[in-house]
Amino acid sequence: MNILWLQSGGCGGCTMSLLCAEDPNVLDLLDGAGLEFLWHPSLSEATGAEVRRMLDAVATGEQRLDILCVEGSILRGPNGTGRYHLLAGTGRSMMEWVRDLAPKAQHVIAVGTCAAYGGMTSAGENLTDAVGLQYDGGHAGGLFPAKWRSQSGLPVINVAGCPTHPDWVTETLLLLKAGALGNDDLDGLARPRFYADTLVHHACTKNEFYEYKASAEHLCEMGCMMEHLGCVGTQAVGDCNTRGWNGANSCTRAGYPCINCTAPEFEEPGHGFTETPKFAGIPVGLPTDMPKAWFMALASLSKAATPKRLAENAVSDRVTVPPTLRKPKP
Amino acid sequence: MTTLLVGPFNRVEGDLEIRLEVQDGAVSAAYTNSPLFRGFERMMLGKGPLDALTITPRICGICSISQSAAAALALADLAGVQPAPEGAKVAALLHMIENVSDHMAHFNLFFMPDYARAAYAGADWHQTVLERFTAGQGSALRRAIEARADLLHVVGMLGGKWPHTLAIQPGGVTRTPTARDLIRIGASLQAFRRYLEAQTFGGKLEDFIALGTVQQLEAWTTGDAGLFLRVAEATGTGAMGRGTGRYLSFGAYPLPEGRVFKGGTWDNGAEAPVDFAAIREDISHAWMLGEAAHPSAGATVPDEMMREGAYSWCKAPRLQGRTFETGALARQIVVGHPLARALAAEGGVRARVAGRLLELALTQIEMERLLRDIRPEARFMDQVILPKDGAGVGVVEAARGALGHWITVKDGAISGYQIIAPTTWNFSPRDAGGTAGPVEAALVGAPVAEGEDTPLSVQHIVRSFDPCMVCTVH
Repeated sequence: MNILWLQSGGCGGCTMSLLCAEDPNVLDLLDGAGLEFLWHPSLSEATGAEVRRMLDAVATGEQRLDILCVEGSILRGPNGTGRYHLLAGTGRSMMEWVRDLAPKAQHVIAVGTCAAYGGMTSAGENLTDAVGLQYDGGHAGGLFPAKWRSQSGLPVINVAGCPTHPDWVTETLLLLKAGALGNDDLDGLARPRFYADTLVHHACTKNEFYEYKASAEHLCEMGCMMEHLGCVGTQAVGDCNTRGWNGANSCTRAGYPCINCTAPEFEEPGHGFTETPKFAGIPVGLPTDMPKAWFMALASLSKAATPKRLAENAVSDRVTVPPTLRKPKP
Repeated sequence: MTTLLVGPFNRVEGDLEIRLEVQDGAVSAAYTNSPLFRGFERMMLGKGPLDALTITPRICGICSISQSAAAALALADLAGVQPAPEGAKVAALLHMIENVSDHMAHFNLFFMPDYARAAYAGADWHQTVLERFTAGQGSALRRAIEARADLLHVVGMLGGKWPHTLAIQPGGVTRTPTARDLIRIGASLQAFRRYLEAQTFGGKLEDFIALGTVQQLEAWTTGDAGLFLRVAEATGTGAMGRGTGRYLSFGAYPLPEGRVFKGGTWDNGAEAPVDFAAIREDISHAWMLGEAAHPSAGATVPDEMMREGAYSWCKAPRLQGRTFETGALARQIVVGHPLARALAAEGGVRARVAGRLLELALTQIEMERLLRDIRPEARFMDQVILPKDGAGVGVVEAARGALGHWITVKDGAISGYQIIAPTTWNFSPRDAGGTAGPVEAALVGAPVAEGEDTPLSVQHIVRSFDPCMVCTVH
């Protein structure tokens, strides 16, 4: 299968992340699966006129296209013209190009949260009128309407993440190649369920602190970051802590909060990214699927039961109290 | 005279279009257009200043840590504090890893593949380049991608992930490394050194950084560095794309005792400190409204009409009214490395690429030194209280050169945020005086063969600058 990769209104970070794929490296991985780039902005030889001819050939149907990957949001501004991003050398907006090319592809993938939902590019006043391919923030319908389907019958597949994980992209591509990704394999926001059925909270190394509500008060402390530091790992989808990034790491493992970058509108939390909004001193926002009354009851109980080790380590930048060793049997 | 429009211009970061006027088989004028505007500076207005640490890295997926480091320094400056010394060291190490990754990705993935093109078939070196550097295929690319992914484990360990870490803060870094972590990082660095010495240089890094003259450089025949030097000479491309001889560096990697690579300017032999007050962003040829301004007083108001006469979303930064080239070569010229100074005179494609290779070797050695100096028993982050009102400046060196953030805060919210990125300097359009930006000037005289619609010489020259277009306009 061939892949055409276009970079729209984004930072290029999802491509940079893709290059971090390991075991095997991304080039060997795609080769091995029978996937090849028709063109990729960072990897292909073709530049300028050659690329324009290739794009025209896809648009007219002369060149087959299996998978269209779009990275970055679609800029509709100013005034609906899309001219905040003209595809270099063509005099046409990326918005128009994607509108022309997507119907030709068997599958369309939105790579990263910008392409999926608008993402960081749509933050603030959204000066450029940025949207995702098939979503405008959390609302279905972006550049393409909610009912739009690619030739394969699937909606735009949203491999959301900021950046997205290299494996989320490669495994989506490989599943498509194998014919093993259908409608039921996408969640309610069209994200592949193989990573969206998990929460960032799963396997977070701060879980024991979470259990006892032993909270960090400042970044760099070891405790749970939900109560004070804006962490929404209990609500965010992603297998970040089970799969690991760049080795076996994640945001929470590096001591800063999960900001829910796989979700629509993460760019506008309505409060500082590293602070937890509170009402009457109690954090607003519950762990996913947790009944409020139970959560409150359990939280106050577990907080009362916090072992000294966790209470002290939670507000320390390193383990100051190690686990107690069991005494040997007499 | 004929006009050529070159784009989409790939194997650069982001979207780039260049309009060329061609006369008598050579470029007579060039106009660079950064065709993507996102408006990051506007996005931050009204938000809490700490949000800049989450938002600005997302300007760029390849210079993410550079943006992060500049924002953290600007906030520290706003608060009038220095980060915890060990935190500054870890931030510097994270930044070095990114810059080294960018240098090696540029050489292997972006720059060298042009020499594998069919246009060079038949040359006695072409078969070797085909095997090593065919775009998306060559053995050097595959190995480089693996070595880079392994090296970025260091960012994973200290920063959680790459790109877009939130680990670098005004008071230091969020992750306190243990002695065991530092040992692992040392192992990753040694593996990377082994890669560089076996593949890129074909020799000891210490021997490469000991080169002091162009003659000595030309005698370096091993590794992919040697292959590049041979090919640059054989094709005549090494001498193309001469700059104006004015170089700028803000100084890289601030540590408690000073910057690892000092900042300054070099104007055809004359050294000076950077006069930050003398920076202006001209917008005469940018689709921007307003007046030329210092970044502490600047604004970003896009011209929705995209008026005639302007041709890019990129503003044109000038220092004392003049253009400056920035990047690895500029940085090492300013530092005073003998080889970089020797290359300053030629200032073309070979000089830029060799300057980057030189810095790759130098930075690896600096990373090893810095790692040995990190004391795991110390504090890595101090708590910083930001004032409700004030201003701050953060300047760093991204892989591609001088990067500055200028922040103003009023009633606890960002009231002004201006960014000048390295490629804003290098790929700026003309200014009110009609002076072309650095790459526009460097392209004049580039040979264009009969029938070429995307001239190869132009590609070599443009890529020798290693542009990052997403940073350029932001």
